[in-house]
Amino acid sequence: MKFKVNGHEVFASTGGRPFDKKKPLIIFVHGSGLTHMTWVLQTRYFAFHGYNALAIDLPGHGLSSGESLKSIEEMADWVNDVIDAVGHKEASLVGHSQGCLVTVECTSKYPDKIKTLSLMGGAGAIPMNPELLSLAENNDPKAVDLMMDWAHGPAGHFGGHPVPGLYHINTGTMLAKSRTIQNTLGVDFRACDNYKNGFEAAKKIKCPTLSILATDDKMCPVKEGKKLASLIDGSQVDIIDNCGHMMLLEEADRVLTVLKKFITTNYPPLSS
Amino acid sequence: MSDKKKELKPNTYKFDTLSLHAGYQPHKNAGSRQVPIYQTTSYLFDDVDHAAALFNLERGGHIYSRISNPTVGVLEERVASLEGGTAALATSSGMSAIFLTVMTLCEAGDHLVVSSQLYGGTVNLFRLTLPKFGIKCTFVKPRDTEGFKKAIQKNTKGIFGELVGNPGNEIMNMPEIAKIAHDAGIPLMVDATYQTPYLCKPFEHGADIVIHSLTKWMAGHGSSMAGILVEGGKFDWMQNDKFPTMTKPYEGYHGLSFAEEFGPTAFTMKARAEGMRDFGPCLSPQNAWNVLQGIETLSVRMKKHCENAEEMVKYLSNHDSVAWVSHPSAPNHPDAELANKLLPNGKGSMIAFGIKGGKDAGVAFINNVKLASHLANVGDTRTLVIHPASGTHSQMDEATLKFAGLSHDMIRLSVGIEDIDDIKNDFEIGFRAARKPRLVSNQ
Repeated sequence: MKFKVNGHEVFASTGGRPFDKKKPLIIFVHGSGLTHMTWVLQTRYFAFHGYNALAIDLPGHGLSSGESLKSIEEMADWVNDVIDAVGHKEASLVGHSQGCLVTVECTSKYPDKIKTLSLMGGAGAIPMNPELLSLAENNDPKAVDLMMDWAHGPAGHFGGHPVPGLYHINTGTMLAKSRTIQNTLGVDFRACDNYKNGFEAAKKIKCPTLSILATDDKMCPVKEGKKLASLIDGSQVDIIDNCGHMMLLEEADRVLTVLKKFITTNYPPLSS
Repeated sequence: MSDKKKELKPNTYKFDTLSLHAGYQPHKNAGSRQVPIYQTTSYLFDDVDHAAALFNLERGGHIYSRISNPTVGVLEERVASLEGGTAALATSSGMSAIFLTVMTLCEAGDHLVVSSQLYGGTVNLFRLTLPKFGIKCTFVKPRDTEGFKKAIQKNTKGIFGELVGNPGNEIMNMPEIAKIAHDAGIPLMVDATYQTPYLCKPFEHGADIVIHSLTKWMAGHGSSMAGILVEGGKFDWMQNDKFPTMTKPYEGYHGLSFAEEFGPTAFTMKARAEGMRDFGPCLSPQNAWNVLQGIETLSVRMKKHCENAEEMVKYLSNHDSVAWVSHPSAPNHPDAELANKLLPNGKGSMIAFGIKGGKDAGVAFINNVKLASHLANVGDTRTLVIHPASGTHSQMDEATLKFAGLSHDMIRLSVGIEDIDDIKNDFEIGFRAARKPRLVSNQ
């Protein structure tokens, strides 16, 4: 669906169901340079089971207009604006990678609005490799290729997608190259690199929180994810073996099972 | 010790490694090093919720082997990885892959622009069968790049061609024709059976959908029928209102918009969800496995195919019994420059040549070679020959034959990977017979 936030058109996938204001809202926030498509194996389930599942394209990404936001703090405020724009008073947030920084910041800043927080491949800080950052800012497609290499675990490099016939790495590459790299990935990487408030923000979070981490995640290693989770009261941690940073695609079923249990328990759906 | 900073390089697997490993994780399959053959029709659901989720595309997995199968899935991912595509859908044959592609793209009342140099079966599909479904086609000669542009109508939904035409070896200017298609907001579909991704990756030259008859070089062994369509993932289905079945809510899946939900894999998702469900040309797991065995050695075989083909081009070009030779490696080939650009790893192993003495000489040649097999296939590891005017294209009338660039003296040669001297010696037997067709009895 399309709606406006701060004068710019925003696209969000609703998981194949019409948006219904009566249903509780879950917002899915994608990672650096990516789009709502990364959530396809999670959103449809929630959309068909009593939720409004909104997988958003951040400004300047995917099908959303406007320019990419330059800081994690701006993105966090923007997610809060999305909740208002779709006419809800509260939401459950799900983030991947950079989306974790955004949702952690948003949850700490708007504690009354955010009811649960689910982090996938998250960390309190995501400092960027300077060369990778430079490649992305200079619009070099090698930045995407490197990101896709590092983001997939050894098993993920072979493929074996849960949806028959889909090849992970090429699909991710195509998503990340769908808009001008320097305007999406370049801006996002710089925003991640600049963001220093993750650990402080985490300490303020009081809502139920889940961290899904993966043993072969090179971009946000388990150690970093656990460090972040340890700062959030009562945070649950689930670790997936033989999986890399793109867990929501590499181990989509496992992620959905864990997410489903966590969200339905802590933020129940509208019963039919 | 050098303090030179190491340049960052992506370590994603390369072509030869992907040929052996892509799409398969042994640790998820009881540690089986070889891809298992899942010889089953259907798959257990965990519970009712799981069943509903699978039927509704809420989660990945298998329901019924007409729609998907784990062994076939490995083949699909492997070919997608080799082509640089986002997704693939394997079918029971190359023809069913073409049919499914067209039926996923078009509706009654739509139009396609099609290269005139195609496999005879494909010509008949576009010329005779698709009109029965209300889909009309305009044929354009592959070298007539401007002709493709002129043939586009308001209701045109795509351009289709073989990169190297069958059997005349004319090369379609894929980058330019892709631009024409994209300027018109329609996709370019390329049958790249002759090349395999080892010789050319059409997505790198602008194609949007790539189709293969896997029966040919990809498998190589000539034991199994199979086809596949592969999606490049770049085509924006939402850029115009030409593709409502991709962009508008689809009744068959609770109002799903394939383009919105699946983006770079939308075409494949629709082809599977709708096409396999409703038409059902599924690939058997045994045949998928057989094709996978061939793909493991694709690059090794293709190198040898191309080496032998280039040797045969030299041999035929200097032979007294040969009137003409057509192969993209021949320096006098009209598309040699384009071939060097699009096919840097080799020009393929399909040769067309004209035999002196016309049709009778051609028949005598075909009937007397011993090593080369006379049959209706190409891309086998064994050398194959056929006389198109009396074989693959025999259902065409004189005018259609001419338009398809065929002549009665033409012999189509699919060069195998046997010892090159043995192939040449065999051809000498055929040429001897061709020089005196009336003195040599037919077999």
